[in-house]
Amino acid sequence: MRSTTPQGNCDVIQREPGQKIRIASCSLAGCFGCHMSMLDIDELVVEVVHHLEYCRGPLNDVRELRDVDVGVVEGALCNEDNVKVLEQFRANCDLLVAVGACAINGGLPAMRNHFGLTACLKEAYLDAEGVVNPEIPRDAELPRLLNRVRPIQEVVKVDYFLPGCPPPAAAFTELFTALIEGREPAFDEDMVRFD
Amino acid sequence: MEVFERADLAAAVVTAGGQHGNDPHNALQVCLQLQQQFSCVPADAVPMLAHQLHTTTGHITSLVSFYSFLSETPRGLYDLYISDSISDHMQGSRQLLHRLCLALGVRPGEPRLDGRVTVSPTYCTGLCDQGPAGLVNGHPLTRLDDSRIDTISRLIENAVPLDQWPRELFTVEHRIYRRDLLLGTPLERGDALRSIADQTPEEVLRELAASGLNGRGGARFPTALKWRMCREASSETRYVVCNADEGEPGTFKDRVLLADYADDVIEGMTVCARVIGAREGFIYLRGEYAWLRPHLEWVLQRRRGNDLLGDAILGDSNWQFDISIHMGAGAYICGEESALIESLEGKRGTPRNRPPYPVTAGYLQQPTVVNNVETLFSAAHIAARGSAWFGTSGAGGTKLHSVSGHCERPGIYEFPVGCSVGEVVTAAGGDGAIAVQVAGAAGELLLAEEFQRCIDLNTLKTSGSFIIFGPDHDLFTTTANFTRFFAHETCGFCAPCRTGTQLARSVVDRMAAGRAFGRDREAIDRLIDVTPALSHCGLGGTAMNPLRDLRDKCPQRYQALFSEDDTSVLHFDLEQELSEIKTLTGEIPEAEQ
Repeated sequence: MRSTTPQGNCDVIQREPGQKIRIASCSLAGCFGCHMSMLDIDELVVEVVHHLEYCRGPLNDVRELRDVDVGVVEGALCNEDNVKVLEQFRANCDLLVAVGACAINGGLPAMRNHFGLTACLKEAYLDAEGVVNPEIPRDAELPRLLNRVRPIQEVVKVDYFLPGCPPPAAAFTELFTALIEGREPAFDEDMVRFD
Repeated sequence: MEVFERADLAAAVVTAGGQHGNDPHNALQVCLQLQQQFSCVPADAVPMLAHQLHTTTGHITSLVSFYSFLSETPRGLYDLYISDSISDHMQGSRQLLHRLCLALGVRPGEPRLDGRVTVSPTYCTGLCDQGPAGLVNGHPLTRLDDSRIDTISRLIENAVPLDQWPRELFTVEHRIYRRDLLLGTPLERGDALRSIADQTPEEVLRELAASGLNGRGGARFPTALKWRMCREASSETRYVVCNADEGEPGTFKDRVLLADYADDVIEGMTVCARVIGAREGFIYLRGEYAWLRPHLEWVLQRRRGNDLLGDAILGDSNWQFDISIHMGAGAYICGEESALIESLEGKRGTPRNRPPYPVTAGYLQQPTVVNNVETLFSAAHIAARGSAWFGTSGAGGTKLHSVSGHCERPGIYEFPVGCSVGEVVTAAGGDGAIAVQVAGAAGELLLAEEFQRCIDLNTLKTSGSFIIFGPDHDLFTTTANFTRFFAHETCGFCAPCRTGTQLARSVVDRMAAGRAFGRDREAIDRLIDVTPALSHCGLGGTAMNPLRDLRDKCPQRYQALFSEDDTSVLHFDLEQELSEIKTLTGEIPEAEQ
């Protein structure tokens, strides 16, 4: 495991020459839009693969997580599975980066908070017109839903935030470049946005 | 849930629309009338309203979602609000709310299934000097305590009509403990009008300018200059608006003026109308003061009868001016003059871009003077008695203070501009006070060592709110109350304020729960810098004042609210967060809930 040294009030990854930075990502209650934006770094990916190792996430379908430097989390927390994944990320990543409106503020998934979980499920599975065999789904395979959708920093410590819906590719570019160069990321004003 | 007959709705919409000229600018007034009739603006009525008022369904729903006193679902036969403004909070309003909810078997803000009652917390109802206070169907409830709460819940359970409730529940006292220039020398009805009848508008303006009167709502803009700018703006039509949306937590002076000195206030509006050349005026009355409306209507009618208002003021048919009352609907932001004008025009209370200022493009884009109740009240006295009279007690005359909180005599105090904070505290019997919040949530927290500071134009502006905190008060309670207040009252138009106030509230909630960390401290520092700097209007400009004051003035208390930084702890009770789904799927029986 590489060490992290605090510089100012943030942490920057320190690494040995030739050693790659280990990155993992996940999408909790999100739409994968942030991941799409992350892939939108275009030709930078050629440079990035020399320095970063993508060890876990929806892009390679690996579930295991160990000794990760940077965890990139998209999406809010809407069910118990989301909570477990986030807990795993926090426990195994030196730095946790919340990306996108859902991870940071709850975003679109959190709109259900205005109505309450019970009302939403009743409308969808019991009361709506055309429902046959009205029943609230219950299956061991189905993660149970939380009372409220929450942004991730309400539940774990988050080290960096990349706002936006999704954050522009340029913001990911700056994040990865800064990691590679071992400096604090610096975002231009137009990269920090809330919509 | 109650279902309304479409025919009833249609009839109500036609009636309410007709009474307001089927004018889309009166959409808010029409919605309020429906709210009163059905205890909601029913979804089925929305397209009818849109049709009747020649507007869109989007316009109507935008109002229902914006204004606190409009609701989509019926609030029931009894519609109760209990004030959670800091002054009421300090007197135990929270416990009373829970006691009432428990007795009635309801949750705060949720209608009871039988359609009988809804009990919601609300912010300042302008009755801080006789709290804890509340409202039932728009009528004020004062001096609530356990026994009154039990009485109220009994009356509701027995479905006793409001007019048969004991009168003492509704008694509002207007207590004035210190009178100076204005309150000490009453004005005869029409005095001000008679004394300016022979003057030119120029002469009136010169006199007003010499008096040094400035905006009593807190912004302190010179009144004469505002009137002059409006007078000189090119237009055929001009308007006078009395800002009676007294929403700043802790102020109630306008309530007292409107109740006991309505003639003087209206006279001030009439003087202004004469000076700027307006024929139409509005009193924008906050929804919480709806109970004052019948009295105001009566005063307006009496003045019309006495030739002090209407088609020929003092018998001069060239002097025409009349006033109508527009109701607010529970939105603090509408105290901001351009948001108020938007609301007058029947829209959401979103502040406008300025310039142009209302004096050149206000109501319906016409030149408009918007003045606070107290400003107009003072202007009437100055018009009647001259600037020298007002100026005798120093530059800028006197100012009314609404004093509440930990003191022996909460009420109204009129002091010369420039008096010290300590003088007011002493006069109100606030011995041992550790701090005072001047100018409400948007104002400033002053610790005891700052009590010698003077309340005047340059050093300490105030809207008139003056809340005293005694030795046992935890100042964080105040910070938390105000921060949540701003998060509730932001109009949502601009991101820095909308997002900033929500972030501040979430940190404050965690501070209260003992779950705030070092990173939250940094987040607050950023919010205090960024939110005021980037916000569209004064709400965002002042929303971080409570946190800033606690940080800068009470560092010990502030630091104690944070724990050492954490790394990987999960701040979450997963089982608790799964309670609803477990109940729904039968994993745990409902009875255990």
